[in-house]
Amino acid sequence: MKMTIKSTLLASAVSLTMAASALAEPVKIGMITTLSTGAGYLGEDVRDGFLLAVSEEGGKLGGTEVEVLVEDDGRKPGNGKQIADKFLKKDKVEIMTGVIFSNITPVVVPLTIKAGAFYVSPNSAPSIFAGKGCMENYFVASWQNDSLHESAGVYANELGYKNAYILAPNYQAGKDSLAGFKRYFKGEIAGETYTKLGQTDYAAEIAKIRDANPEMVFHFLPGGMGINFLKQYSQAGLKDKFPLVVSTASMDERIMSAVKDAAVGVKSTAHWSVWLENDANKAFVDGFKKAYGRTPTVYASQGYDAAKLIASALKATGGKVSADQDGFRSALKKADFASVRGTFKLANNNHPMNDWLGQEVVKEADGTIVNKVVKVVAKNHKDAYADQCALK
Amino acid sequence: MLLLLEQILNGVQLGVFLFLIAAGLTLIFGIMGVINLAHGSLFMVGAYGAAFFTQLSGSFTIGLLGALVSAGLTGIAMELAIMRRLYERDHLDQVLATFGLILFTNELVTILFGRTPLFLDVPPILNGSIEIFPGVDYPVYRLAIIGVGILVALLLYLIITRTKAGMLIRAGSTNRDMVAVLGVDIGTMFTLLFGLGAVFAGLAGAMAGPLVSVEVGMGEQQLILAFVVTVIGGIGSVRGALVGALLVGVVDTLGRAFLADLLKLFMDSASADGIGAGLSSMSIYIMMAIILILRPNGLFPVAAQRH
Repeated sequence: MKMTIKSTLLASAVSLTMAASALAEPVKIGMITTLSTGAGYLGEDVRDGFLLAVSEEGGKLGGTEVEVLVEDDGRKPGNGKQIADKFLKKDKVEIMTGVIFSNITPVVVPLTIKAGAFYVSPNSAPSIFAGKGCMENYFVASWQNDSLHESAGVYANELGYKNAYILAPNYQAGKDSLAGFKRYFKGEIAGETYTKLGQTDYAAEIAKIRDANPEMVFHFLPGGMGINFLKQYSQAGLKDKFPLVVSTASMDERIMSAVKDAAVGVKSTAHWSVWLENDANKAFVDGFKKAYGRTPTVYASQGYDAAKLIASALKATGGKVSADQDGFRSALKKADFASVRGTFKLANNNHPMNDWLGQEVVKEADGTIVNKVVKVVAKNHKDAYADQCALK
Repeated sequence: MLLLLEQILNGVQLGVFLFLIAAGLTLIFGIMGVINLAHGSLFMVGAYGAAFFTQLSGSFTIGLLGALVSAGLTGIAMELAIMRRLYERDHLDQVLATFGLILFTNELVTILFGRTPLFLDVPPILNGSIEIFPGVDYPVYRLAIIGVGILVALLLYLIITRTKAGMLIRAGSTNRDMVAVLGVDIGTMFTLLFGLGAVFAGLAGAMAGPLVSVEVGMGEQQLILAFVVTVIGGIGSVRGALVGALLVGVVDTLGRAFLADLLKLFMDSASADGIGAGLSSMSIYIMMAIILILRPNGLFPVAAQRH
């Protein structure tokens, strides 16, 4: 009896090793994202964009079987830490991704890097990890926080505005956003206000804007906050008096559908648009609509690109991540994939250099409201921190 | 000067809006002795009801009715299924159960409507703004909220002080057993009272809908403020809720409007903006702490005996 057990064990061990070479364990990818609160649709779209790329290959990325674990952080850093600990220690995740908000990134990313895993950001990329604090295993598939808003500053210049009122929530990404806008905007700042994260009532801020009498207003209020502000701003009759020039985070497809007419006339900058004419984007937009029955937002495009970036590196290493860290890292750096935004190139600090598009929301003759691409406002835009990063 | 007046009006408007939410909360909390964290969920049900029925019918009035009915029914269902098992248990159990209700309701709404915020606009009749001071246009809809808030305050006052139902409610809160012995069906009364609280939450949600994003979890943001209001005002006191709500609204608004500018008199503008924003989000909690030190039972304490 003993013999039989032993030989069976031996036999299965042999067959396991043989199987391992042919059919490796799936690579585990941990996604910590925001699926609840007013920003729940941001994480939902990042997740769905990412999973679309996985399902296109039938559960694989770059020919390697992957297992994607998804959890909701509820926009709370404490939850982010708990989930990251679980993913890294218990589930032995090799690649992490997903964080939406820049108050959670500074918690999750260091834990990930310390555990020897890779992090590929589909959204948040705060300044602290772009300059001196850059890391070789930390990659960004979206943008550096500031550049999102730097492009809005450039657009505002091109539109000829000489004076702007600016506001953002009082947290890391909010501060990055105002710093980014001011870095490129050449006009004067008529006033600057920090609001609460998740604020619902903006009457006080709107009265201040009217009192300051600026030529235009820039704000960074993503998700539900942007909807709250836009509804109240347009009801106060200020939308046409002091036009809005914002970044895509404050004007996406879902915000448009929730405020409808109040969005018309708002100008914004983005690195991706549903209207981009490249093949990868057409396939993505069609595939997304077919799979989920809704138009993808910019967040969905970022989730999709993050997955494609990971796929390109997995393909290069044949599915090895921890086993071939150097190979995986240099493959990520090459970013050899067809991005939905057209071209995709990483700067020395592992943040992409994007082309930024100027857009305007218009109402078509048939009543539909669309965000039209008007022009390109910046090409191959490198963020302000890359030069301080020691990476090559 | 005009700006100060306008900001005070903004504060009053926010206060009245908070009163709409807190009125139902203080009724349930004070009279029935139940901590209902799910009050924010009823607020959300109201907003979703308003958005859904307005889109379906094209009329905000029907949407508003739909909101009141759906919030009221949800409240009654909650009371029958869960709340009535909690009256005799301690507050920790109530917090746990109603917290569970928040999670449950949020998930259910996500399943029914998805995560995309719904569209709900100001009804055409209340659209636009009127000049209240020279050069200052104020949105008509915000004035309408003030009007509705005053109506609700009056209505509640009349119900509680002038009707037989109000008398029973007051009696039931003071000595539940005695009222039951006198032949009043206290169970049904509490179910209806909880439903009434839910209707008020639904009304607040429907009124908020055109101003804010109709989204999952929208109630929790308001719930904390509503609790601050009830605690400042004195738990169970409708008058206290009104005064507390106005205090919170005005202090919060004026803090956001002027604190950063005030600090700029003493320090450089970058740190003034940061500290001002931080302080203004703390202002109402600091006020609550001060009021509770001076009057531990709130501004208008209700003398209720519990057993």
